[in-house]
Amino acid sequence: MSLLEVSGLRCGYGIVEVLFGLDLSVAEGELVVVLGANGAGKTTTLRAISGMIPASGSVRLDGTEVLGRRPDQLLSAGVAHVPQGRGTISALSVEDNLRVGGYQRSSAEVTEDLEMWFEVFPRLSERRTQLAGSMSGGEQQMLAIARAFMSRPRLLLLDEPSLGLAPLVTREVFDRLRDVTQQMGSAVLLVEQNANLALDFAARAYVLEAGSIVVSGSASELQGDEAIQKAYLGL
Amino acid sequence: MNDFLEVVVVGIGNGAVYAMLGLGLVVIYRSTGLLNFAQGELSMFSTFIVWTIWNAGVPLWLAILGGMAGGFLVGILLHQVAVSPLGDPHEKPLAVVIVTIALFLALNGAAQLIWGTVDKRLDPLFGQSQVTIGGVAIQWQKIGAVLVLVALATGFVLLFNRTKLGLAMRAVASNSESAGLCGVPVPRILMLGWGLAAAVGTVAGVFTAPQLGLGTNMMQLTLIFGFAAITLGGFDSLIGAVVGGMVVGILSAVVPQYVSTFERMPLAPAFILILAVLLFRPQGLFGSKEVQRV
Repeated sequence: MSLLEVSGLRCGYGIVEVLFGLDLSVAEGELVVVLGANGAGKTTTLRAISGMIPASGSVRLDGTEVLGRRPDQLLSAGVAHVPQGRGTISALSVEDNLRVGGYQRSSAEVTEDLEMWFEVFPRLSERRTQLAGSMSGGEQQMLAIARAFMSRPRLLLLDEPSLGLAPLVTREVFDRLRDVTQQMGSAVLLVEQNANLALDFAARAYVLEAGSIVVSGSASELQGDEAIQKAYLGL
Repeated sequence: MNDFLEVVVVGIGNGAVYAMLGLGLVVIYRSTGLLNFAQGELSMFSTFIVWTIWNAGVPLWLAILGGMAGGFLVGILLHQVAVSPLGDPHEKPLAVVIVTIALFLALNGAAQLIWGTVDKRLDPLFGQSQVTIGGVAIQWQKIGAVLVLVALATGFVLLFNRTKLGLAMRAVASNSESAGLCGVPVPRILMLGWGLAAAVGTVAGVFTAPQLGLGTNMMQLTLIFGFAAITLGGFDSLIGAVVGGMVVGILSAVVPQYVSTFERMPLAPAFILILAVLLFRPQGLFGSKEVQRV
């Protein structure tokens, strides 16, 4: 059984439908990417899964229906979500951001994990007491990832980490992400426009176009298929 | 000189009350990012609860604790019934502000229905007696007000900076969406914010009532001074509410005394202060400036 099983997911904003019966799944510890152009429905997919917007269809976690739950309730079930734009809590210090990430865990566990993340990301350690909103985009993305892992999620939903970052910084973010997910063993459902980087990172990929999945397969298959790349990924 | 000091003492006594009301406003602002126009009426309402308990023969300090508990529940109830159904206040700030104005009217009307329109008498918590220090007579009630204010402010500073609930409240105020994604139960945090603000409001009312008489309109002017206090101190700063309350209290007592123009308009110094602060230092003395990098 998959960790996450999404089927027939439909959702929209007002009268505008964005997703038309989307199906996808993520296994325990699996790295999966959803590729697609601007406006394909990538962000909406993640927002619907984590309960940020109302949707219909089915989202199952370990076979249990979780559609309709609030994001904090989904987090208790093991799903953390780094939203588009990184979701920095800008009026809080870097350390307090991380502490909020561990809100549902005991303070002893939080303190322990905090030190671990400060070792993994020395930049965050240097800026521990600084207001998170004053950091650079790349640093905020690292913070967002570390904060999501503070809850020790089984599944991380990650919304376009490359957004607004310089190519070199994006690469660094992906490198760190790879190390960290390996270490933590969490599954990741990533949505991205940057197909090259995302396919390097993930094991399996879906291509989303105008609200439905049009192609799916292993990352290496998609990387090797020129027709798909030309048609959907603009490579 | 002694005349001047006596006026200042009056100002400090009033300022302590403005600051208490300001604390309630800051608590709501820090969890929702909004001003609560019903704060004054909430504290009037819970002061009537205090009076009801006290009038039944319970010692005043115990009645105050009872009123704070009652206010806490009223705050929670109002949030659940009138504010929460609107959804996230960060997405619909205007709707929520309008609802707080509606609650202002509703609480005032409810209090008139329950307790009538004739003012009640509430004894001062610290009695009528006074001490003379350096030739200046100071009522114990005023000293008590300052001490209670310091205790409340310290309590809230510790709550916000040292507890998990405080961390969650700060997170929700800054970015409720992210707080929710981090596992903070946003609706419950907002609800508790309302309860706490109403509870601290009780104390502001208990110190106002002996002076002005316990009536349904007693907090309306006080609320204006409370707004002036937090505008000066900074909407999101507890210390700012205390300092701002004191400054506004002293200024509003001293200025009309010495500048004859203001004799007939005691609110004017507070309004001029609000205007000046918004023009020259919109974040207030202690408020945090919005820092955002895109």
